[in-house]
Amino acid sequence: MSQIALNTSSAIGSAAAADVDAPIRIAVRNLNFHYGDAIALKNVSLNFHDRQVTALIGPSGCGKSTLLRTFNRIYSLYPEQRADGEILLDGQNVLSPSVDVNELRARVGMVFQKPTPFPMSIYDNIAFGIRLYENLPKSELDGRVEEALKKAALWNEAKDKLRQSGMGLSGGQQQRLCIARTIAQNPEVILLDEPTSALDPISTGKIEELIEHLREEFTIVIVTHNMQQAARISQFTAFMYLGELVEFGPTNKMFMTPTKKQTQDYITGRFG
Amino acid sequence: MDIAQNISMATPKAWGRVRRSRYLADRALKIICALFTLIGAFVLGWILLMLIVEGISGFSPALFTQTTPGPGTQGGGIANALVGSLILTFLGIIVATPVGVLAGTYLAEYGKGSKLAELIRFLNDILLAAPSILIGLFVYTLMVQPMGSYSGWAGGVALAIIAVPVIVRTTEDMLRLVPGSLREAGAALGAPMSTVIMQVSWRAARAGMVTGVLLATARIAGETAPLLFTALNNNFWFKANLMGGVSNLPVMIYQFALAPYQNWRELAWAGALIITISILALSVVARLIVKKDHVR
Amino acid sequence: MSEHIVSSYDNDLQGLRRRISEMGGIAEKMLVDAIAALLRGDLPLAQTVIASDSRLDILQREIEESAILTIARRQPLAVDLRETISAIRVSGDVERIGDLAKNIAKRALAIGGQLQPQKIAAGVQHMSDLVLAQLKDVLDAYAQQDTVKAVDVWRRDGAIDALYTSVFRELLTYMMEDPRNISFCTHLLFCAKNIERIGDHTTNIAETVHYLVTGENLAIDRPKNDRSIDATVGAGA
Repeated sequence: MSQIALNTSSAIGSAAAADVDAPIRIAVRNLNFHYGDAIALKNVSLNFHDRQVTALIGPSGCGKSTLLRTFNRIYSLYPEQRADGEILLDGQNVLSPSVDVNELRARVGMVFQKPTPFPMSIYDNIAFGIRLYENLPKSELDGRVEEALKKAALWNEAKDKLRQSGMGLSGGQQQRLCIARTIAQNPEVILLDEPTSALDPISTGKIEELIEHLREEFTIVIVTHNMQQAARISQFTAFMYLGELVEFGPTNKMFMTPTKKQTQDYITGRFG
Repeated sequence: MDIAQNISMATPKAWGRVRRSRYLADRALKIICALFTLIGAFVLGWILLMLIVEGISGFSPALFTQTTPGPGTQGGGIANALVGSLILTFLGIIVATPVGVLAGTYLAEYGKGSKLAELIRFLNDILLAAPSILIGLFVYTLMVQPMGSYSGWAGGVALAIIAVPVIVRTTEDMLRLVPGSLREAGAALGAPMSTVIMQVSWRAARAGMVTGVLLATARIAGETAPLLFTALNNNFWFKANLMGGVSNLPVMIYQFALAPYQNWRELAWAGALIITISILALSVVARLIVKKDHVR
Repeated sequence: MSEHIVSSYDNDLQGLRRRISEMGGIAEKMLVDAIAALLRGDLPLAQTVIASDSRLDILQREIEESAILTIARRQPLAVDLRETISAIRVSGDVERIGDLAKNIAKRALAIGGQLQPQKIAAGVQHMSDLVLAQLKDVLDAYAQQDTVKAVDVWRRDGAIDALYTSVFRELLTYMMEDPRNISFCTHLLFCAKNIERIGDHTTNIAETVHYLVTGENLAIDRPKNDRSIDATVGAGA
C-alpha cells in the first residue's frame, strides 16, 4: 500500500507517504507549557522525523502554535511564558539554559502567519540572517542570497529588483521571501506557523509546492487550520486538543482512519 | 407594457422606516460642525493674513545681513537673531534627539510593562504638559546662576528639555506601531534584541520617528519663555563661545513688538513671519515623510 | 455519530443513504419477481421487472452526481470520505444487480410458457433463495454499518458458487439427455450464472461495508467455490 503511494506520488503530485523509519530529529518529552498561571500544553510527548513534514492540527487554542513556538524558544521573548520538560534536537535538550537561544534559532528557522519582510531591500532581508553568523565577502554573500531565493522559488520574480524594498512584493512573494530568509541560514528544522492562512489559493499552492521540495533537505513542522492542506503536504499529522496530544500518526492514516473519536470528529467537521 | 411591471419583486419591505427626526438631527449636527470649523479656519486665516501683510512690509535684504538696531536708530535687520535661533534650536534638538529616541526605545522595547517604564512614561507626560516658563526657571537655577551668566548653552538645554518629552512620546508610539511579528521574525533568525531594535524596529518606525524630531524642532523653534531666563537676547552678534546673551527670534519679537519704535515693530513682524513659515515648512516636510512611508 | 457543524453536510450524506436504501429495495423486489416470472412463466411480471430497471439507473446516476458534488464541495475526510466513496461503489453494485435481474426477466420472456420439469427449476430456486438472503443481509449490514453481518455475507458466497457448479452439471446432463432441452437449458444456465453474479455483487457490497466501517479492505481472496470451469462434458459423464 505505502509502496504504491510512494511510487505514484510524483506523478499525481501529492505528498509522499510517511517514512516511519526516518530518524527522529526532534523528540518532545513530557512537555508542559504555561502562560502565566494558565496551562497551554499538558505533558506532550511526540517525535518528529528527519526530512518529513509533520502537520500540527487542532481547533484554535489547542496549543499547536504554542508547541511550535517552544522548538526555537521564541516564547522566551515574553517573560510570563515558560516551558518545562524536554525537547531534544539531535539529542540536545533545547530548553536547557546552557543552550544559546540565538544559535538555536539559527538552527531552527521559523516562518509566521503574516508575511514579515523587514523594511529593507529584498537582498538585505536575506543577507540579514546570514550576516548575523557569518562574515562573508560580498561575492559569496551574493551567491548565498541567490541560492536562497532559488530554493524559495522566488529568484525569477525577484532577481531584477534585489535592491527594492521587500515590502513592495505581493503577499505570497513576501511569504516566500520570509522562507528564503530562513533557509539562507541553512537551518536543520523549519517551523511554519499557518504560513498560508493570509494568502490566496494560487500563492498557497506555490508555498505548498515549495514545502514539498524543501522536505528533501529540511525537517518541517507546520501548523495549519486547513485540514486539506495538512492532508496534502504532510507525512505525519498530530492532532491536539485542549493542550494535549490526542493522536499522532502517518497522515494517510490520520485522515482516512483515525483511531480516536475526537480526531475523527475534528477532521470531519463534527466538533461542537 | 412598462418593463418595471414585468419584473416580479420579492416580498416588499417597507421603505421610509427611518424617522424624520433622525434626518433632522443628522443634518443639524453636520451644520453645527461645519460652522465651528469655519470659525476656527477664519481666525487662523485672519492671523496668517495679518502676519503676511504686516511682515512682508518689513522684508528687505538688510533683514538677513544686518544686526538688530539699537533703540531709536533706523534700519537694521535680524541676522543675529536668525542665526542665534538656528544655533539654539540646533543645540536643543542635538541634545534632545538621542535622549528622546533612546528613552522612547526603552519604553517601547525593553521596559514593556515594567514599573520603572510606567513611572518614566508618567513623568514624561507631565513634562510634556509643563509650562515652558517653568523649564526656563529650572535651567536658570541649574546653569545660569552657577555660571554667573546667561548663555546659548543654557538656552539650548532649556529647549532640549522641552523637546525631549515630545521625541520620547513619538518614538515610543511609533515603535509600538511596529508589529510584534516583525520583532519575532528578527528574533527567530537568531538576532539578538539589540540587532532587532536597531535594524528592524527603528527602520520600520523610521519615518514616524523622524517626523517626531521634526515636530519637536518646530515646537522649540517658536519657544520664548524658556529663553527669557537662559539665552536672554541682545542686539549684537553674540560671542563665539555662546556665553552672555544670545540673540534669538522669539525673544527678539517679544521685546521689539512691545517697543515704541516703528522699525523695531516692523522687524518683529518680519521675524514672526519667518518663524511661522519655517514651522509651516517643517510640518509640511514631516507630513510628506509620513505620507511617503504609507505609500511604500 | 454526532452531527456535522454544517447541517447541510449531514443532509447530503443522508440523501446518499436514503437513495441507496431505495435502490436496495427495488433490486431485491426485481430479483424476487424475476425468479418468480422465470419459474412460473409469469410474462407480465417479467415485463414489470424489466420496466423497473430504469428507476434503478436514475437513482444510481443521482447518487454518483451527488457524491461527486459532496467531494467537490466539502472535501470529506475519514468516515465521511469513506461513506461517500462507499455510496458510489454500492450504488454501482446494486445497479448491476438490477441489470442481472432484468436479464433473468428477459430470459423468462424468451423461454415463454414452455415450462419444463420442476426438477431442474428446483436448483435455480434454491440458488436464488440463498442470493436473496445474501442481498437482504448485506443491505441491512450497509444500513446498520454492521461489519460482522457483512463479513458473514462475504463468507457465505462460497455456498452459492458451489450450488452454481451443481446446477451447471445438472443442466449439462439434461442437454445431453435430449437435444430439445438445449435452448431452454442454455437460458436457464445463463439465469443461474446471473444469480451467481448477483451473489458476487453482494460480496462486493459486503467488502465495501467493511471498508466503510473499519477503513480497511478485506483480504483480496474471497471464498470461491465455482468449480464449473472444471466441469466439462467429459468430466460430467
